Amino acid sequence: MRERNQIFGDIDWTLILLYLALVIIGWVNIYAAVYNEDHSSIMDLSQSYGKQMIWILTSLFIGLVILLTDARFFSTFAFLIYGFTILMLIGVLLFGGTVSGSKSWFQIGSFGLQPAEFAKFATNLALAKFFSGQHINIKDFKTRFLPLVFFGTPALLILLQNDTGSALVYSSFVLVLYRMGLSGNFLLAGVMIGVIALSTLMVGQYWVMGFVGLLAGALLFFIKRNRSNIISLVGLLLLTVGFIYSVDYAFDNFLGDHQKSRIDVLLGKELDLKGAGYNVNQSKIAIGSGGFIGKGFLQGTQTKYNFVPEQSTDFIFCTVGEEWGFVGTTTVIVLFVLLLIRIIKLAERQRSTFGLIYGYGVASILFFHFAINIGMTIGLVPVIGIPLPFISYGGSSLWAFTILLFIFIKLDTRRAALL
Amino acid sequence: MANKSLSSRKESVIAIFMVVGVIFLMRLFWLQVIDSSYKNSAKSNVLRYVTQYPARGLVYDRKGKLLVYNEAVYDLMVIPNQVKRMDTLEFCRLLEISPEGFRERFNKARKYSRFKPSLFEKQISKEAFGFIEEKLYRYPGFYVQPRTLRKYPKPIAAHLLGYVGEVNQRTIDKNPYYKSGDYIGISGIEKSYEEQLRGIKGIKVKMVDVHNREVGSYQDGVLDTTAVMGNDLYLTIDADLQEYGEQLMQGKMGSVVAIEPSTGEVLAFLSSPGYDPNLLVGRVRGKNFGLLSEDPVKPLLNRAMMGLYPPGSTFKMLNDLVGLQEGVLKPSTRYSCQGAGSTPIRCTHSHQSPLDVYVAIQQSCNPFHWNVFRSILTSSGHGSLRENYISWRKHIMSMGFGHKLGTDIGSELSGNIPTAESFDAIYGKGRWNAMTVRSLSIGQGEILATPLQIANSAAVISNRGFYYVPHIVKSTGDSSIVDDRYKKVISTINPAHFEVAIEGMRQVATMGTARWYQPDGITMCGKTGTVENPHGKDHSLFMAFAPDVNPVIAIAVVIENSGFGSTWALPIASLMIEKYINGEVKRKELEERMINTKLY
Repeated sequence: MRERNQIFGDIDWTLILLYLALVIIGWVNIYAAVYNEDHSSIMDLSQSYGKQMIWILTSLFIGLVILLTDARFFSTFAFLIYGFTILMLIGVLLFGGTVSGSKSWFQIGSFGLQPAEFAKFATNLALAKFFSGQHINIKDFKTRFLPLVFFGTPALLILLQNDTGSALVYSSFVLVLYRMGLSGNFLLAGVMIGVIALSTLMVGQYWVMGFVGLLAGALLFFIKRNRSNIISLVGLLLLTVGFIYSVDYAFDNFLGDHQKSRIDVLLGKELDLKGAGYNVNQSKIAIGSGGFIGKGFLQGTQTKYNFVPEQSTDFIFCTVGEEWGFVGTTTVIVLFVLLLIRIIKLAERQRSTFGLIYGYGVASILFFHFAINIGMTIGLVPVIGIPLPFISYGGSSLWAFTILLFIFIKLDTRRAALL
Repeated sequence: MANKSLSSRKESVIAIFMVVGVIFLMRLFWLQVIDSSYKNSAKSNVLRYVTQYPARGLVYDRKGKLLVYNEAVYDLMVIPNQVKRMDTLEFCRLLEISPEGFRERFNKARKYSRFKPSLFEKQISKEAFGFIEEKLYRYPGFYVQPRTLRKYPKPIAAHLLGYVGEVNQRTIDKNPYYKSGDYIGISGIEKSYEEQLRGIKGIKVKMVDVHNREVGSYQDGVLDTTAVMGNDLYLTIDADLQEYGEQLMQGKMGSVVAIEPSTGEVLAFLSSPGYDPNLLVGRVRGKNFGLLSEDPVKPLLNRAMMGLYPPGSTFKMLNDLVGLQEGVLKPSTRYSCQGAGSTPIRCTHSHQSPLDVYVAIQQSCNPFHWNVFRSILTSSGHGSLRENYISWRKHIMSMGFGHKLGTDIGSELSGNIPTAESFDAIYGKGRWNAMTVRSLSIGQGEILATPLQIANSAAVISNRGFYYVPHIVKSTGDSSIVDDRYKKVISTINPAHFEVAIEGMRQVATMGTARWYQPDGITMCGKTGTVENPHGKDHSLFMAFAPDVNPVIAIAVVIENSGFGSTWALPIASLMIEKYINGEVKRKELEERMINTKLY
């Protein structure tokens, strides 16, 4: 066993460097996105970029504090931290302020705090704690059911805050469950459901039903045509047809107008470039006009002339794409994938289940944000307002992602221990 | 541990991450490198938002004669960060500006924004623009924006038409429709009908290349909107009558207002001295405005509704009407204008005595009207003298005095019919009487009225007791507006009593002060006024309507510091009536004398 004062030697510097690279890329691009020539210093505290510098410095301080904290603190107080966060989420529903339609902010003076951002790492801690307990068996009903409660509760509370995007993040924990032994069919079924739902909305339910029917017919030739196989095939077919029916129904009856039009825009059914499709269209123009090497630092006309909305927060990737081109976007994507892979690699070397699960949770949350945020700016997924980790402007989100990642880095320094 | 047996699953998780990463890279490669449809706004292309300014609505007179139209001019705009090295001297010569002027404007634009367009040189004429346009390609960062300016085919009706200017910051802050550099109506109908006249702004998103050439509209113009021209206005004004009035009023200070009694439509509305409305247009507006506002004869002042005058003798019938209504005056009542009852205001005319109300109006007898006024105040039967006064004041105000009439031109003054409280304040409560306020009996003293109100009172009498709120605009665009502002206002005087006043006024024109100026073939009913003016020579007033049966025009003429009402105001009103009803004037000699006389 190493001495505790040697912790800095055990830190995974690769993660730290990837983190710093992304944070600095974010800062520079926020500067470019909201550049104001009257306040041209990147450290001007009256501007978003000056404020982001404060968030970065405080984040580094928070990271340092976490590294100096005893690793056992996080596992010991996992449930307590989780409980506290749930209370905050309830509190914000009762006392919170509303920003662009979401009732999810605690307003303390000019400073806004978004509990939903912090609920992510707290939920992850609680989940890790739960799975590292005794008598865990993924085939057991209790083991399957309780995690749903753990991440279902904050997701529901955030949904009540009218922040659908942040609530959807919790679905990413399915990756953790998969690692814990959940059948891969669940992942496959999830993907299939997505594909069927989207294609139903895109080409109409009868086409999809016809295609599924043909597929089922073709399958008959390839499988053993015994009684049980045929029964399950027919059962699956009926289930799918029922699902296709319900997709159309749900789309028409359960979704809000702005959600419907965002999906319609994505599917190319609606081409309202001044309304719902405006954001995505402008975002694609910004990224597409960047070309291979980009227009150059501070030369992005799309972002500078405010064509792109939310250019420093949810749509920050546009600035990267417009000013740094394909080279810039590739850099960001490669950095993210490297970060995710590195986290998974480190998670696997944990001796404790707590560290393993926590690591997978970190990767899942970051992956979800990465996939949805970038996917939406390039028109691959509907517009869902969640930030790009470490890069988007915002104190709450940067602090929360920093805490999320640094707890894992801390756990990793104690990887040999059974926490 | 059981978990470790599942550790191979990390490969699938990593695979998912990589697949998503690769999909993103492929998509980005497509968007950024292969697909060129998003490149239209790429590095060298800059979008230019060109506001499409709508032309303001045109203005016509009641017969469809064009009064106001638009002329194209061009604003030269600059976007400082697109300006490349250039031959500044040649550019200055092209624009006819000095190199200092160039630097000053350029620095001002830079200070505002390096990326947003600023106005560099405004309102370049069509001729000069043709010359500049050929060479503009040499100066990246500069472009022209078409605008329109007001033009007036005839230099008339400046006060009522008003003028247009650039919107000020206060208005921009209050009303988000306006952006810096927009035009807005500042006075007259340009102001009061701004919303109908201004139209709807449009926007064109254009792409320009490095050489400052427009290379087409952005995304085939999906974001463009076209400008919609403002609504045309059809005025109630008769342009011929207006022009004739302005000719007659040359060299005289004062005002003429003519109204069609049966509708409240204003036929002529002029204030003299006036100015050519073309002076307050475009680049010369600032300089001319300064000159006009410093002119001691105040050509910018709209005397027709902002000039306040005691109505003088033109007010006498109104006192008689109140007397008739209150029952203290009968058509048969006679007062003497000599002896005890004639004081305190002496009669200045020689005529029969004692006399009745008809002769009193015809001869404008002061003592008679003082007696009527005294009877109103002492014997109306509302209680105290103060109560009787309050009732008198109510009757007078019901005929359109002492309050704004509510016309659609705006900036109207209310005039003054003094309140009982104001007398209480001057003399003390209960310490004033008919004697103290005697000047009111002959329309002097504290009474003040605008020429518009005096013309309106002629309309009230001709209508036998009501008026329509005077207005200038008949209809906008295709729709005729029946504005509820133009409502019928009924006076508190019984219509039957008006026959007395009308007969008196008819006699004025046939036998009285106006008998030498009867318009050709028309029976006019009128009343002169010679108003004492503490600041100089008397004001000359005349109010009238014609013809006596089914009148079509009610008119008031005020000429400042010119002496008797019958000398100047009367002949001008008479000529105007003849011109309006007959279409031409036969009394050429009189016409010429009036046009050529300079009184200031």
